[in-house]
This record gives sequence, C-alpha cells and structure tokens, in this order.
Amino acid sequence: MSLGLTLNNARIDYAGHTLFRDISARLEAGSWTALLGRSGCGKSSLLRLLAGLEMSDLHQLDLATDDGQPLTDRVAWMAQQDLLLPWRRVIDNLWLGDDLRRRPRNRKLAHELLAAVGLEGREQAWPDALSGGQRQRVALARTLYQQAPVVMMDEPFSAVDAITRLELHDLASRLLKGRTVLMVTHDPLEALRLADQLLVLRPSSLPGHGAELERLPGLGAARPVPLDDPALPPAQAQLIARLRDSEEAA
Amino acid sequence: MKRLHAMRHLVISALLLLGLWQLIIAVTAVPPYILPTPQAVLEVLIEKAPLLAHHAGVTISEILAGLVLGILLGLATALALAFIPRLRRTLLPMLLISQVIPLFAIAPLLVLWLGYDMLSKVVMATLIIYFPVASTGYDGLRQTQQGWLDLAHTLGASPWRRLIHIQLPAALPALASGIRMAATAAPIGAVIGEWAGASQGLGYLMLNANARMEIDLMFAALLVLVAFSLLLYFSLDALLRALMPWHRDRLTRLS
Repeated sequence: MSLGLTLNNARIDYAGHTLFRDISARLEAGSWTALLGRSGCGKSSLLRLLAGLEMSDLHQLDLATDDGQPLTDRVAWMAQQDLLLPWRRVIDNLWLGDDLRRRPRNRKLAHELLAAVGLEGREQAWPDALSGGQRQRVALARTLYQQAPVVMMDEPFSAVDAITRLELHDLASRLLKGRTVLMVTHDPLEALRLADQLLVLRPSSLPGHGAELERLPGLGAARPVPLDDPALPPAQAQLIARLRDSEEAA
Repeated sequence: MKRLHAMRHLVISALLLLGLWQLIIAVTAVPPYILPTPQAVLEVLIEKAPLLAHHAGVTISEILAGLVLGILLGLATALALAFIPRLRRTLLPMLLISQVIPLFAIAPLLVLWLGYDMLSKVVMATLIIYFPVASTGYDGLRQTQQGWLDLAHTLGASPWRRLIHIQLPAALPALASGIRMAATAAPIGAVIGEWAGASQGLGYLMLNANARMEIDLMFAALLVLVAFSLLLYFSLDALLRALMPWHRDRLTRLS
C-alpha cells in the first residue's frame, strides 16, 4: 500500500503577496520526508495544500500519484494537537472515520493498534484522563487505523516533552513503515532521525517568488537513526547552520 | 457524594433564610398581614394543599411546555444561523430585538391576542427561554476547533455527519449553560403571563391572595414556585451532566 507522489507548480498567495510559487518535489513511495523552514515561511500551508484541506488563500497545485488515481481519501492527517474528541472514549476516537463515513468499525484492528502504541487496557478511558504523550499515541493509532498509504503530519511530536518525543519517534517509525510520510517539523534532530529526505523551505533568490524548496538527503541509515550514531551530531550542526543562513537571507 | 454535599448546603442556606425571616418578625414586630410567620405559612401550605397543587399544576405545565418549545426553537435558530450565512444578517438583529423588548410590556398584549388560557403563558415562557438557548447554541456551533474540522475533512465526512459527530457535541457544553440559564428564567415568564391576566396558576393565586390580604397564602404559593424552580434546575443539570459524562468535572458547580 505504498504510493509515491509528485507535486509541481505549487503556489500560495497570502494577503496579496506570494508565499511561494513553482514549487516541485517528489515523495517516493514508502519514504519519509521532513519539511523544514523558519516560522511563517509557509510549511504548514504547503502541507495543508497537499493534504487537500480547506484554504482561504489563493492556491494552485499539480499533484500526481503514481497510480494515477486521485489522492482524496487516501491521506491520513495528524496535527500538532492530538485532536482527540473529548466526548469519545479512546477506542471510539479511533473509529471516528468509520462513523463519519458510515462504514463498519474494525474492532480487531483498533484493539491491535492500541496495543501497538502501548495503550492496551485504556480503550474505554476518556481522552482527558490521559497524559499528553498517551494522547499523542492515541492520535498516532487513529492515524494508522485509517490505513491510508500517505500520511501527512504537522509537527506531530512538538507538544510533548523531549523523552516522550524520542519514544514516539521509535514508535512512529516502526508503525509507519511502508507509508509515504510527509512531516513538517521545527526540530532538526527529529528530521535527521526519521527522514529519508529533507526539504527546506527558504527565501528564494528570485524576486517575487517568495520561498523555494531545497532538497537535502537524509542520513540514509536505519530508521530511526540511533541517538549515539556518530554521524548525527555533525549532520545536526550542519542543518542548523543551513536553517540559520536561510533566516539571515530573509 | 458531591451531590449529597450540594444538597446539604442548600438545606443550610434555606434554614438560614428561615431564621432571618423569624428574626425580622421578632425584632420589628411587623403585623402578620404584612409578613406572616414561617409557621403560619406552613399551616396554610398544609391546609390549602389541594388548592395550591391545582394552581401549581397549571403553572408547571406552562413552564415545561415553554421550556420544550423554547429549547427546540432556540436550537433550530442556532443551527440556521450557523449553517445558513445569508440568514445571519437578518436573523441576528431580530434575535437581539426579541430580547430587548421588555417582557413585562408585552405580557398584556400577549394575553389580549392569545387569551386568558395557558397559551399566552406558554408563549411568554418560550420567549424568555428562546434567546439564551439560541445565542449560546450559535456560539457553541461557531467555535468548533478548526483542527477537528480539518480532521473531519480528511476523514471524508459529509456536512451532516460532521454536524452530528463533531459540531453538535462540541457545542453541547456552551448550549448546556444556555439551558441552565433558561431553566431559571422560565418560571418568571410563566408568572408574568399569569399576572397580566389569568384565571388559574400560581401567579394568579398570588395576585388574588394579595388583593384579599391573605399574605400567608401568597407566601405559600411563592414557596411552591421556588421549590419547583429549584427542582427543575437540579433535574435539568443532572440530565445535562448525564449527556456529557466526559465533561463532568469541568463544570462549575452551583454550591
């Protein structure tokens, strides 16, 4: 259930000026892509554009899937907030999509996924009774439950503490294996540990073009890259320097 | 346990009020036709129980009918406002106008148009309940988190399913505050209606007793009305809590 994506001519105009235009990128089937850039450069807008979410700004996008079928209903969305519905118990949050589409619920899959994210026995808990890390794990389980070949995540692990975040990296990279993932993040370490390729949205040298996309390779090692991997610190220092450069150029 | 606790505080408050009442009589030596003793009121309450029950039955029916109608109309208005943008420009000002017209002023008109029977009182109660329900319901429906709407979009929800599964439950806490407000206001509507012109009901009984200097009967009728209003509030509150089990511990408590 892998699905590669090719995007071309992505453009968003916000409040009368161009956020970016002529953006192209390739998301290989089953690969993990991290999207980085300074605040306000339009990372999240680009992600929303690709996910097909409602946008009030002027926008344009040519999006091609490898199988030629539309992407609609084949994208799972995960945001910075866990977006759990407080009036649904943990397990009911997983099959929200089934209820919204009037499809039968897959109880077996829901239980399996909750066990996989370490929440066995909490199926009937209210979301408000869970910790931030637990809630984000439920959100991850809900994202997986959709069984979508493409997963788009907007800073999914930024609202939890550092240790929980590292645990979530392990969990997410294991469970999202085989999916095509696009993840917006502010965290260079997170990007380097998880991604096969890094896309940096930075100010374009062309006037009136807004931002442009720079592609950097990932570390190419096993995912997630272990914290004590010797290649990690220099790569991180390099990436931070790069992000800082792009900020100064702006 | 908490509920029992709340009840105990209510009883203590009632006893304090009763003590104050008795104290005022003892200190000012006010004659019983101005302020009757609690004991005299209790005697009338027992002696005239069938009469009070008859009139209470009428008023309670008016209040409950008004409550149901007001909540339904308020909800319908909130939904229309939230989902038909074109309606907002005309409906919102009308909603406001309906609220700023003093009910006391139109009560005689309603009685003139709709008669001395229950209908005019039900309409009064409906009018007084309608606004808080419509406005809190509309606010609640408007303030659905954008993230939830995004999620519903990627999950392929139709507008109708989105309303049922996301927007309505999200609006429920706000709507519940409106319904609680309505529950305390509803008896006022019915009694004003009865004052403006009626042949039965607790408001009618009070007005009549007042004219005949039966102040103890007037107090007894008032007590029945207060007791029912409290009962109505607490029952509705319990019902709303049962509807929102996830929200239980975040609600502000009366006591």
